[in-house]
Amino acid sequence: MLTRRKLAVSTAVFALAAGFTGAAYAQQKTVIEFWHGLPQPLGGQLEQVVKSFNESQDKVQVNPTFKGSYPETMQAAIAAFRAGNAPHVVQMFEVGTATMLSAGPAIKPVHQLMSETGSGLEAAAYIPAVRGYYSSKDGKMMALPFNSSTTITFYNKDAFQKAGLDPNKPPATWPEVADAARKLKAAGVTCPMTFSWPTWTQFEQVGALHDKPFASEANGFGGLNATLKINDPFFVKHLQTLIDLQKEGALRYGGRDNAADSLFPSGECAMIQASSGLRGRIVKEAKFNWGAAPLPYWPDAIASPKNSIIGGASFWVMTSPKRTADEYKAVAAFFSHLARPEVDAKWHMDTGYVPVTLQGFELAKKEGFYDKNPGAEVPAEQLTRTATTENTMGLRLGNLPEIRNIIQEEMEKAFQGQQTAQQALDNAVKRGDTVLRNFERANKN
Amino acid sequence: MQRRVIFDNRALPYLLLAPQVAVTLIFFIWPAAQALWQSVHLQDAFGLRSQFVGLENFQAVLSDPNYLETVKTTIVFSASVTVLSLASALGLAVMADSKIRAASAYKTLLIWPYALAPAVAAVLWMFIFNPDIGILGRALNNLGYAWDYRLNDGQALTMVILAASWKQVSYNFIFFLAGLQAIPRSVLEAASIDGAGAVRRFWTITFPLLSPTTFFLLVVNIVYAFFETFGTIHALTHGGPGKATETLIFRVYQDGVVNHDLGGSSAQSVILMVIVIALTAIQFRFVERKVHYS
Repeated sequence: MLTRRKLAVSTAVFALAAGFTGAAYAQQKTVIEFWHGLPQPLGGQLEQVVKSFNESQDKVQVNPTFKGSYPETMQAAIAAFRAGNAPHVVQMFEVGTATMLSAGPAIKPVHQLMSETGSGLEAAAYIPAVRGYYSSKDGKMMALPFNSSTTITFYNKDAFQKAGLDPNKPPATWPEVADAARKLKAAGVTCPMTFSWPTWTQFEQVGALHDKPFASEANGFGGLNATLKINDPFFVKHLQTLIDLQKEGALRYGGRDNAADSLFPSGECAMIQASSGLRGRIVKEAKFNWGAAPLPYWPDAIASPKNSIIGGASFWVMTSPKRTADEYKAVAAFFSHLARPEVDAKWHMDTGYVPVTLQGFELAKKEGFYDKNPGAEVPAEQLTRTATTENTMGLRLGNLPEIRNIIQEEMEKAFQGQQTAQQALDNAVKRGDTVLRNFERANKN
Repeated sequence: MQRRVIFDNRALPYLLLAPQVAVTLIFFIWPAAQALWQSVHLQDAFGLRSQFVGLENFQAVLSDPNYLETVKTTIVFSASVTVLSLASALGLAVMADSKIRAASAYKTLLIWPYALAPAVAAVLWMFIFNPDIGILGRALNNLGYAWDYRLNDGQALTMVILAASWKQVSYNFIFFLAGLQAIPRSVLEAASIDGAGAVRRFWTITFPLLSPTTFFLLVVNIVYAFFETFGTIHALTHGGPGKATETLIFRVYQDGVVNHDLGGSSAQSVILMVIVIALTAIQFRFVERKVHYS
């Protein structure tokens, strides 16, 4: 008993000593705390990227920490900031962008970090639809884009064949989608089509594709006084179409957020509009032939669709009372590493997120990734197919997660037949505008 | 002559009370005071700007028709969960208390669900009732019954009530079983000899003698339904479809954590606190009179 205790004590002393020398060694390196919100397996892949940076040089040590889902990571970062102990870098989902920007002194804009530290990172290297989402109105980059995705269509080629549809010609417009869904239903498919992230895929993306505003003031980029615009007849008609298709049994509402994701790889639904990041899971789980296609559009609203907008997350630099210039320099070095085309292309090819830099996209092309993985180029092509307009740059609305939930709630009531599409969107606008006004009040200087 | 122990030390009682008082102050009074302070302020997420707005947060909450809907949902939900979990636990406890083969195995199995985290329990329920991946959910649809809790208010509410009750049955079961075993056998035997049947014995002897347990469980279950069912609802329905399964505590979380509306969320917390204090007071004032302590 005694010997065991002695052993424990001496082990502890050794561990302590090792810790001290370790700390003394690490003191020569600048340590950067990095909080992220990616669960496995993506989180592990992200930590590999960090590891590759740590091994590439001997001045900076980045410590990645998983802080839970995106909203939980955001909450943790806010709480840490309030306690005067914010991490150096935090990964934040795209809908948190406006909240982060309104945080003012809590964050250090990336363009400012880069000019102060003299690092060679350029905003122009990034795909415009990605750059736009994280830029201020005058085009200055506020956060570092990293894992971006966009919405595309995945479809089941076997089911298409069975329904007498051409498996190599996915429907390009909404009338064609409706037609295909009906044919699939007639052929005995129980779930012809569905969609994930209802607000993102059916309103934010549909608005961008057709160059229609989701909100006034250039989707909120122009100021905090934006109001929602989704009760426009165009959106009402779109939602009504979805409701009608659902009533016929040609469309299934798969639930909030990404709840519908599982319906496609399992073979239940023949078409899904979902994040391009779903690709990895489909590759792993689907036991049928499938294809990827751009999102459909309404030909009576636009002759050829605009670029879609992004989802995913970006990296924000946070401030803290004790932070030194060296630490910011270390962050800049880390960011420059992430922006390298090889790093970007590898992340894209490993995960299904889109390449965020133009060179990264080129590199993936050159390596023959798209020849070996047909359809993997669809998201990047859809994102880059037109120059961005003020309706396709992205959204800059305060408390967008709350607004997304409101729209989901009102949609659900409409799908149940409790209200019409017009009523649903009128309610969503009314409730969403209250959220925007509250945000405006709480964040006015 | 009566022997009384007299403690001369005046400080000792305070010292002995101090840990309890400290815990109450730190974990109850202080957060409650914070909630009160925040409920009259408007603040941005990062706490950089804060302004006093008086009772505006309360006004905004109470004039929101959705909030009143949520109050209704909470009443239906809490009443159903309390009644259902108490009644089924009592039934199971009575059965487990009788002379049956392998009684201890049944008891162990019945206590198990309590050890599960609410979110895990909810995931189990999803594997049963999800219309696409759930065993029973798929079976219902195949039988021609349109089961989809994602788009049916009634089905969604029924499901979260069942899941939340199921989770609480074990807890109630333990207390009821202990209560049943504390009832003197001789009384029941005497009643049998007098010719009282099982039902009569239960309602005239067992149930009244169980009333202290039942009363305690009633209070605990209402508090459970109000505060601790959040995880179950969050994992199963997220408060949907529409707002059909949104309870008051779920909305406090939603507004505070997800929506960063600390003022509104705190105002709701304060309202919730008042409701539960009132409910508990009513229970102790009126219901407790009917309780028979032996």
